[in-house]
Amino acid sequence: MMRLPKLLSMLVTLLACAFLLVPTLQSVLAGITANYFRGISSGLTLKWVIEVWTLYADSIFLSIWLAITCLAVTLILGVPAAYALARNPGRLSRVLEEFISLPLAIPGLALALALLQLYGSQQGFRAHWSFILVGHVLYTLPFMVRAVQAVLAAIDLKTLEEGAASLGAGPARRFVDIVVPNALPGILAGSLTVVTLSIGEFNLTWMLHTPLLKTLPVGLADSYASMRLEIASAYTLVFFVMIVPLLMAMQWASARAQRILS
Amino acid sequence: MKETPVTARSFGVLCLLPLLIFSLAFLALPLVRLVLSSSEGADGWSVYIRMLQTPRYLAALLQTLLVSGAVTVAALAVSTTAGLFLTRNRFWGRSALLSILTLPLAFPGVVVGFMIILLGGRQGLVNQITPGHVVIAYSTFGLFLGYLYFSIPRVLLTVMAAAEKIDPALEEAARSLGAPAYRVLWDVLLPALRPAMVAAGAIAFATAMGAFGTAFTLATDIDVLPMVIYTEFTLSANFAMASALSIALGVVTWGVLLIARSLSGGTVAAGG
Repeated sequence: MMRLPKLLSMLVTLLACAFLLVPTLQSVLAGITANYFRGISSGLTLKWVIEVWTLYADSIFLSIWLAITCLAVTLILGVPAAYALARNPGRLSRVLEEFISLPLAIPGLALALALLQLYGSQQGFRAHWSFILVGHVLYTLPFMVRAVQAVLAAIDLKTLEEGAASLGAGPARRFVDIVVPNALPGILAGSLTVVTLSIGEFNLTWMLHTPLLKTLPVGLADSYASMRLEIASAYTLVFFVMIVPLLMAMQWASARAQRILS
Repeated sequence: MKETPVTARSFGVLCLLPLLIFSLAFLALPLVRLVLSSSEGADGWSVYIRMLQTPRYLAALLQTLLVSGAVTVAALAVSTTAGLFLTRNRFWGRSALLSILTLPLAFPGVVVGFMIILLGGRQGLVNQITPGHVVIAYSTFGLFLGYLYFSIPRVLLTVMAAAEKIDPALEEAARSLGAPAYRVLWDVLLPALRPAMVAAGAIAFATAMGAFGTAFTLATDIDVLPMVIYTEFTLSANFAMASALSIALGVVTWGVLLIARSLSGGTVAAGG
């Protein structure tokens, strides 16, 4: 017989699972049911998913585009910086690291207000997709830097580099041939995190977007407010199909990078 | 030939330069602008005094603190229980349960809000299976459920990482000395988990304080701080007060994470 504490903690675990899973299943089901109010008996259909595609395809493509450009920018800004920070672990590096991590501690809404009040009057920038990109990069950059830095801190970078330097490799050559290949598990984990977070980002994006530039989550908020439940659900289903594989890949890559660290 | 330290150093600077320029232009300067903007209203710098004297803002602050505090306690209780159960038992379907519990990590706040609408909204599950008209989604309790929804996975992962590092010998020793289960939990497991619980609690609290997406979907009638900031900025065009309130909010969330980190010794970050 199972002891009472174990039974209780199993019950709590299962209840928590049900709390998280049941509404996601409801949303999947509602997205493919002809009439959610009448239930499954009204038949299964893909018409809501197709309607979502005609209504919101642009926002889906904008989100994919933003995620790709955000990844490119965080790679360019983050990987060399992580290397420099790992190479010079001093007080100054710590301060800089703290500073770029501020977007993790300050609510996105506050950051968006700050960006809007500084750059909002520059119409060319304000109405361009790169304005949303800036928000996404701000929010995802610390994840890239940390993921790469953690891997670089765990390997003996100095010895590797001295070996290469004694063979005549300059700093740029060492970065490309020694640092990047060794940091790859961290870069992969960081990249998947950046893409997953960028596709789902709402708090900053809602403030930074314009009516002509709606991302996937902005479109979701829009459909929750103004569309029938089946369309809102079908759109959420489309989002799940995109985000769940990414999340699983991200967790796999992070676990793999962790194993290399230990 | 050995290279001069100068080349190595200038390469290091070159590596940092793009990040420095970006952070200066899009993080440092906008934050300075935000602080200055807060003083550019009719009240000047005393906008912060007026913020503390206006009942509506104070009530919103109190409401936000209460909901976030309640969510933190609930998420810690649920996730520590589930986390201990999942680390200490191996059974068929365990990894499936773990996947379900970490699923909401990638959900934006608006989607979490929609999940609560599906559970407790007008066409929601609770309303369908209970007699009478039960709509909980748009109440403070609905907001609490929404925040709990996205807090459970974050707390769970931190607690589980710590629970896996606890030496099983400690527990065995306590048990062989005759300690009952609740004493093992209270005297052995919870003290070992304390740093992780402080860190995870701080993340849950800070995330709930700043949660905008979920509040945007659910709290049409509830004054939580992010919603007040949003309406001040967009509807009332009261930029100074919106800036002052978001600075106050940012200082609270940043401060909570900082304190938690000095208590737990690890890295703590919110986000989402």
